[in-house]
Amino acid sequence: MSTILETRGLTYVYGAGTPFERVALDHVDLRIEKGEILGVIGHTGSGKSTLIQHFNGLLKPSAGEVLLDGRSIWDEKGKCARETRFRVGLVFQYPEYQLFEETIARDIAFGPSNMGLPQEEIDARVRESMRAVGLDEKLAGQSPFALSGGQKRRVAIAGVIAMRPDVLVLDEPTAGLDPAGRDEILELVKQYHDTSGATVLIVSHSMEDIARLADRLLVMDHSRVLFCDTPREVFAHAEEIIAAGLDIPMITKVMRELARRGLAVDTSVFTVPQALDAIRAAKKGGAR
Amino acid sequence: MSAIIKTENLQYAYPVEEGQLAVPVLKGVTLSVGRGEFVAVLGHNGSGKSTLAGCFNAIRLPTGGVCYVDMMDTRDEKNTYEVRKTVSMVFQNPDNQLVATVVEEDVAFALENMGVPPEEIRVRVSDALRAVDMYEYRAQAPHRLSGGQKQRVAIAGVIAMMPRCVVLDEPTAMLDPQGRREVMHVVRALNRTYGITVVLITHHMDEAVQADRVVVMHQGEVLMDGAPRAIFTQVDKLRAASLTVPQTIEVLYELGRADGAALPVDALTVKECADILEKYLA
Repeated sequence: MSTILETRGLTYVYGAGTPFERVALDHVDLRIEKGEILGVIGHTGSGKSTLIQHFNGLLKPSAGEVLLDGRSIWDEKGKCARETRFRVGLVFQYPEYQLFEETIARDIAFGPSNMGLPQEEIDARVRESMRAVGLDEKLAGQSPFALSGGQKRRVAIAGVIAMRPDVLVLDEPTAGLDPAGRDEILELVKQYHDTSGATVLIVSHSMEDIARLADRLLVMDHSRVLFCDTPREVFAHAEEIIAAGLDIPMITKVMRELARRGLAVDTSVFTVPQALDAIRAAKKGGAR
Repeated sequence: MSAIIKTENLQYAYPVEEGQLAVPVLKGVTLSVGRGEFVAVLGHNGSGKSTLAGCFNAIRLPTGGVCYVDMMDTRDEKNTYEVRKTVSMVFQNPDNQLVATVVEEDVAFALENMGVPPEEIRVRVSDALRAVDMYEYRAQAPHRLSGGQKQRVAIAGVIAMMPRCVVLDEPTAMLDPQGRREVMHVVRALNRTYGITVVLITHHMDEAVQADRVVVMHQGEVLMDGAPRAIFTQVDKLRAASLTVPQTIEVLYELGRADGAALPVDALTVKECADILEKYLA
């Protein structure tokens, strides 16, 4: 696997030189592999939103570097290459509030239009993105404001997908949705990942959801990287995760409680199917 | 137990433009919430749970049926003020609820509007901030607080009004796990320590588990109503209503379904689940 995004000593200070000066990122070294799904977790104020805004040049590092395909996204003159914005697509929290166009198609076309693509290509991408997020093509000419919250969110995601970014970054895409809506959005992200081969970063507060989806988890705490590893490895550090203001899946807690009582069960599980396998193995092998 | 909120065949349809058909959101809800109860309301998006909450403090007036708050008919405009004094609301987004530039002024806002004497305001504000463990932040600016802290300040504003009932509409939806724990701790205290009736609308099953009673809304009607243990063991019915069950129940349910293990499936906590699994594995 090759690295697509990398940070070296990335540091960011808010309000430098004012009484409110605060270090939001403190020497973050990170490598994101091409094609992986990376879950990003951390409590409010841990620096995760600041971090992802560096990936497409929305924020400029106070110190350190951000590299896309091995090249710094900032040139010597202090400018961020325009194509970075197209190659790294950011979907913000509650993106449905960012819709602004008169029709759904035009809203989705905004990104590709800025890329200077020919009209035919733009139209094709709008159709393709609508399909990718499960929106009926018949809706294309309708106002996005007549849609339900969940559908609006799909339009917003489609608008970013339409740029065909190599890296898709989603900041809490499931916030405020019910369990069914949550599963739909996560499924859609997974499908987009599988068919496009894009690298996906997904920020979430729901450990259960993110553990199921991600290849690796990045845990931010106090402006630094606490862990960046597979979910199994990360959830094995339950005490540190909880101390960082986060939580571990309930099922992981059950398995840890069983282990504490002296049963030989695998405590690194984080989904119910994994737990079932672990319990069956213990039942078969004799747990004590 | 007498009811503080009582609905009879409550219906609600959102107003539409001329020529369009009104879409009914509540299709005849009959429900009563007893004084001092802690009720969680579950349901998928669009099931009508937020609309129902809006009826409880006269933000929405029934388009059919009746909603009584402390025996007052919410449709009668003369009652609106008393209804809102009786039932206070806390919403999802803390940033939309804080109005002042200093925490204690924010908590005092409603009291000033209610014409409470200044000395009493001071006492009530301090007590309310202590209750949510935010007293030391009283002189801070709300925008410098975390989401969980902001939400606790919003709840303090509600406590200061001394309502008999608090309706919280997904108060933790925008918070991180730590913020959720803080807010749920305060919600439980509202109910247990202060005896305030709590109606908690939530998508989080682990929060609903902490209530005395769970009401499941589905397509504008009450689908299920009972103690958490009785509700969450009905796995198939909940899944049909697009809801999930806590992992502690799901794992036991799947062991029973796939492996034929005859296990009780009513584990609401990690400890209860571990107890059952420990016996199973022994």
